[in-house]
Amino acid sequence: MNESDQATAAEPRHEDLVDERLVRWYFLAALLYLGVSMTGGLLMALQLVHWNPLNGIEIFSPGRWRFIHTNAVAYGFLANAFLGMLHWTVPRLTLHRVGSVKLSYFIFGAWQVIVLSTAAAFIVGPTLQAQPWVANLTASLQIPFSLGAQGIEWGETPFWIDPVALLGLVLVGVNFMVPIAKAKGPLYVTLWYFMAMFVWTPLTYAMGNFLPEYMVPGVNAGAVGGLFIHDLVGLFVTPLGWGMMYYIVPILLKKPIWSHGLSLVGFWGLAFFYPLQGIHHFLYTPIPMFLQYHAVISTIAVEFVVATVVINFIGTLWGDGRMIVTNLPLRWFYTGMIYYFITCFQCALQVTLTFQKLIHFTDWVVGHAHLVMFGVFSMWIFGFMTYLFPRLLNRPWYSRNLCEWHFWLSASGVFIMFLDLGLAGVFQGYYWAALFPWDVSVNGSQPFWVVRVFAGLMMFGGFLCFVYNLWKTYRGYAPAAATAPAPAVAPA
Amino acid sequence: MFESKGGVLFLAGVGFFVLAFLFNGVIPMLMFRDMPEQTAEQVVNPRLMYQFTELSRRYPESFRTAFGEPTEENCAQALRLGRQVYLGEGCWHCHSQFVRPVSNESLRFGEVSQPIEYQNELQRPVMFGTRRVGPDLSRQGGRHANDWHAVHFFRPKTLLPDSPMPEYPWLFEGDPSKPNQRGLALITYVQWLGSWLDSYPYYEELQDFEREDDL
Ligand code: HEC
Ligand code: HEM
Repeated sequence: MNESDQATAAEPRHEDLVDERLVRWYFLAALLYLGVSMTGGLLMALQLVHWNPLNGIEIFSPGRWRFIHTNAVAYGFLANAFLGMLHWTVPRLTLHRVGSVKLSYFIFGAWQVIVLSTAAAFIVGPTLQAQPWVANLTASLQIPFSLGAQGIEWGETPFWIDPVALLGLVLVGVNFMVPIAKAKGPLYVTLWYFMAMFVWTPLTYAMGNFLPEYMVPGVNAGAVGGLFIHDLVGLFVTPLGWGMMYYIVPILLKKPIWSHGLSLVGFWGLAFFYPLQGIHHFLYTPIPMFLQYHAVISTIAVEFVVATVVINFIGTLWGDGRMIVTNLPLRWFYTGMIYYFITCFQCALQVTLTFQKLIHFTDWVVGHAHLVMFGVFSMWIFGFMTYLFPRLLNRPWYSRNLCEWHFWLSASGVFIMFLDLGLAGVFQGYYWAALFPWDVSVNGSQPFWVVRVFAGLMMFGGFLCFVYNLWKTYRGYAPAAATAPAPAVAPA
Repeated sequence: MFESKGGVLFLAGVGFFVLAFLFNGVIPMLMFRDMPEQTAEQVVNPRLMYQFTELSRRYPESFRTAFGEPTEENCAQALRLGRQVYLGEGCWHCHSQFVRPVSNESLRFGEVSQPIEYQNELQRPVMFGTRRVGPDLSRQGGRHANDWHAVHFFRPKTLLPDSPMPEYPWLFEGDPSKPNQRGLALITYVQWLGSWLDSYPYYEELQDFEREDDL
């Protein structure tokens, strides 16, 4: 931030730094996949309440669409949105262009191919699985040869796409490390998070997608798989999210982050404790118990780190609290942050072995996942998009009201879903432990699952408001340029 | 160091990642390194062969087109394919495959899971699962007969009107009495789960095919 605040006429102009078209493309791709993902989520939700309109149609198998649901979110929505965000933030923070704009466009194209072919493989792969040549290859090479999903949660990307995706992630890192390497002077917090993420993400991806598939069997694969799901959230999504927060919040509030020391604690605490926790996804499995204890303890430790980060941001906001009401992007960011604190606090409780007995395997966990993925990171992205689209399109939002609707539907929808599923989880846990027949737990969950459908529809409705608003802003709105202040290099 | 590029890239980026991998990955690998990994052929056992042969008697035409004779090699093939179907259809997002030592799970499902049970090709990647919409399946073998599974996969609501489990009619040629290759393989896979344990449910008494030809 400091660097860009001191921008002088001699320093590069915004147009030379940021390729706005690319940012736009990334954001649009992200929104497209978010829509697809939500459709998949709705399909699964409808299946559970017996309302699935597409019952018995092979390509709409809810199981296959559940893969689409989670993967489209991770690799379609979050990855694209964050790449767009990186293309805006990194050049502006470092005052250097990305390594190669051509490479950026190539990565953009390649990434969409990866996401789309993954989706296609989920849908048709299992159908083609019964070909004799597949069986022969499996038997002769002794590797699991699945044309469809691979058996790692969130790493379902078919094994033949994995190497390409990994290469893509490495190229992303290289492309952005060029401007960072050129930047002189102390680096801003945002860049710590981004730099670490450029290292972590390819490492995580390689670990999770190759080791359990080819090298380690059984319980060890479970340990590595747990580490993978965990690192994907913690070392890919989280650093991008926090990096973005450290960038944007001081810009919106027009003042620096409250405490640099706490920023340091936050970053290094996260980097140290977060990856140690992988096994907490598989507590009470046959994974050795002392490793499980260690995962539990470091999980609880990281909640203290999270608390310092949250305190730091509250400290930054202090005195300007009213801006949350008036400034929409800021409201997205701080609401997301409150949700983040709730999720992490919940995490410190649910990770204990006492809670695990009850809530593991239940909808409690699903509620937790939605609060963190949608309530936090997606909401931050929406905030960033709400802030950036007027600048990218050079005109203000078509309708502030629709922006408000987007916010309220999303923020309340996801919170209702979270409360609802959390409660459902407690019920399910007790039904199971009480040894009721299985249908009792399934039927007892019905009311909660119905509420979940409607909460999901609220989130979907918010999303539609946003898309419609964007479309109107882009198309129908009088393209009288310069209604919004044209972005200068110094962030307004 | 804490704000320098080198510190962030190498200490936080590589260093802490590797440290975590040591704890979460390498230690269990070292601990279990003496447990050999079995192939699909090696995990075929007499109980599973019983079910596999039963499939060949019950659905002779479908079985012959799909697997030919009920030999052990073919059974291993069926296991592999069945596992792939289980994977590709996302069964593992609704069914777990481990029994925990808590919450009365051993009363409901059977013996608590042991590491050795997972040291085989069919658990690469391991199918622990993270969610139970339906029950745990790791002790499923022998609990239901093959034709029960066929009808259940074709349309779960036929057997349990309240079941939210999806239908899988594409594992059949239009009728639950005609499972196709994927269907037979999936049934074999499900019958395999838990068949290696000492305690086996024996819900349906195993019968000797040689003497009971009217099956
Ligand atoms: C939407 C989640 C869901 C999916 C996906 C799903 N199931 Fe189920 N499954 C259930 C539920 C709920 C039950 C309990 C009700 C019933 O028996 O139908 C169940 C029951 C079962 C049972 C009977 C268990 C018992 O002990 O009675 C078997 C076997 C089974 N499922 C196998 C599978 C297989 C194989 C697949 C993948 C092709 C699969 N399921 C996919 C939810 C699911
Ligand atoms: C229309 C709104 C949505 C609906 C109706 C919905 C519904 C669902 C359903 C039914 C599941 C499967 C739960 C289960 O296995 O029991 C699921 C899982 C999941 N969803 Fe969504 N979803 C929606 C939006 C989202 C969004 C926007 C995100 C992320 C940004 C998201 C992230 C996830 C994750 C991470 C899981 C995996 C949870 C786990 O395995 O524990 N969902 N969702």
